[in-house]
Amino acid sequence: MIVATALLLAGCAQPMLRGTGDLGLVVERAAGRLKLVETTGRTALATIGGLGDLSHASMVFSRDGRHAYVFGRDGALSRVDLLSARVERRIVQAGNAIGGAISQDGRLVAVANYDPGGVRVYDAQTLELLADIASEYGEGGQRAKVVGIADAPGNRFVFSLFEAGEIWVADLGDPRRPRLTKYRDIGRQPYDGLVTRDGRYYIAGLYGEDGAALLDLWHPERGVRRILDGYGRGEAPLPVYKMPHLRGWAQAGQLVLLPAIGRAEVLLADTATWREAGRIAVHGQPVFVIAEPGGRRAWVNFAFPDNDTVQVLDLERRAVVKTLRPGRAVLHMEFTARGDQVWVSARDDDQVIVYDPRTFAELARLSADKPSGIFLASRAFVTGF
Amino acid sequence: MECRARTAVVAAALGVLAAPTFAGESALAPSRRAEILHLVRQECGSCHGLRMKGGLGPPLVPEVLAAKDSENLRHVVLHGRPGTAMPPWMRFLTEAEARWVIEMLQKGLPSE
Repeated sequence: MIVATALLLAGCAQPMLRGTGDLGLVVERAAGRLKLVETTGRTALATIGGLGDLSHASMVFSRDGRHAYVFGRDGALSRVDLLSARVERRIVQAGNAIGGAISQDGRLVAVANYDPGGVRVYDAQTLELLADIASEYGEGGQRAKVVGIADAPGNRFVFSLFEAGEIWVADLGDPRRPRLTKYRDIGRQPYDGLVTRDGRYYIAGLYGEDGAALLDLWHPERGVRRILDGYGRGEAPLPVYKMPHLRGWAQAGQLVLLPAIGRAEVLLADTATWREAGRIAVHGQPVFVIAEPGGRRAWVNFAFPDNDTVQVLDLERRAVVKTLRPGRAVLHMEFTARGDQVWVSARDDDQVIVYDPRTFAELARLSADKPSGIFLASRAFVTGF
Repeated sequence: MECRARTAVVAAALGVLAAPTFAGESALAPSRRAEILHLVRQECGSCHGLRMKGGLGPPLVPEVLAAKDSENLRHVVLHGRPGTAMPPWMRFLTEAEARWVIEMLQKGLPSE
């Protein structure tokens, strides 16, 4: 983790050596900038500009934790060096993109695109295009928006096709010749997906019906099965003012936590049986349901207009144990790898607030320009991130 | 909560005043206009893109919207579009405000 390279920051006369394990990037989405932060002293180190339209920006990290690959809404893929705090390479690879993933071996970066619909795979070093997978479905050759892309062991990428209701697995063992396995009729309008931290399961959340689609990557031949089917019990759903997000943080020990769609509830699925293991009533439509690394609690934020609130769930007691009001428009939360801190962005207050997840004490407050996503470099070492 | 309720009352009153004749900017207080623009950019933007160039939802740029029927668009804003991810916004916008939103989108949002 110690990288023998200078971190050249404004005001630093002497280049110094440092690791990247406690670094992270906060997206300042309206300004198209990133804020480089560190979680040891809980400070901002630098601002990195020139990244274009960062609405809904996300990123993954290189296997050495030094570089971030930033996926912009405008289709840009940028490689950012955390140590020199600058954009090293930037390509505009599509008209409209949603996110991406990095392969198990760290050599491939895949971008999920809305327009043109599909997945493009790039060399992580050079950003050279290696494979172009068009998300064509049905008879007419139309292309679906790709959502919920995640890496799986064996240099595979798994993703969902929103309009088509399909899950595809792309095996990039030979990066220029992806082998595709397509699962059709997995459910209506998959909106996001995740791979569990052990790399075994891919789960796509469904917007168009009550349930989720599950693929066991140890046994892909068994196909996709439905879980949490009919969780809405036939009741009319509430309007959803922001699409929830899924990622491997949904896993808490033997449970997987999923936001209900159109219900003020968090659903718990038991990974041993894949049956519903309970549900917890919460303040509004959940957007992110993020388990602490230890899996005992989970933090939840909410869609507009309830986005000034964060609730903490005790997963043993299946209850809300704390309601926080960190600020206006809480968009994201990120735990440090060992769970000693949780970073929370409050967009309309231009603040990032750091909490002690155990005591809920506020540890630090950083200013940021309309902050959205918070991405800590420790994601580099976790499957599905 | 109290603030939101008050905003709604004021907005409703503005709606009554503005609806019969025109939805011009002058009918909406500048502070409310700023609130609505913030709502459009940020909340609509979470699906349609901060720059309205599209996302999970379609692009809401003048090239796409200018030729469309504004009454129909206003209806979609207020009542949503069943079977899609577009929710109804009538809880947050009056008829007149929705009309103003459509006007703004059809000619392009002002730069920030």
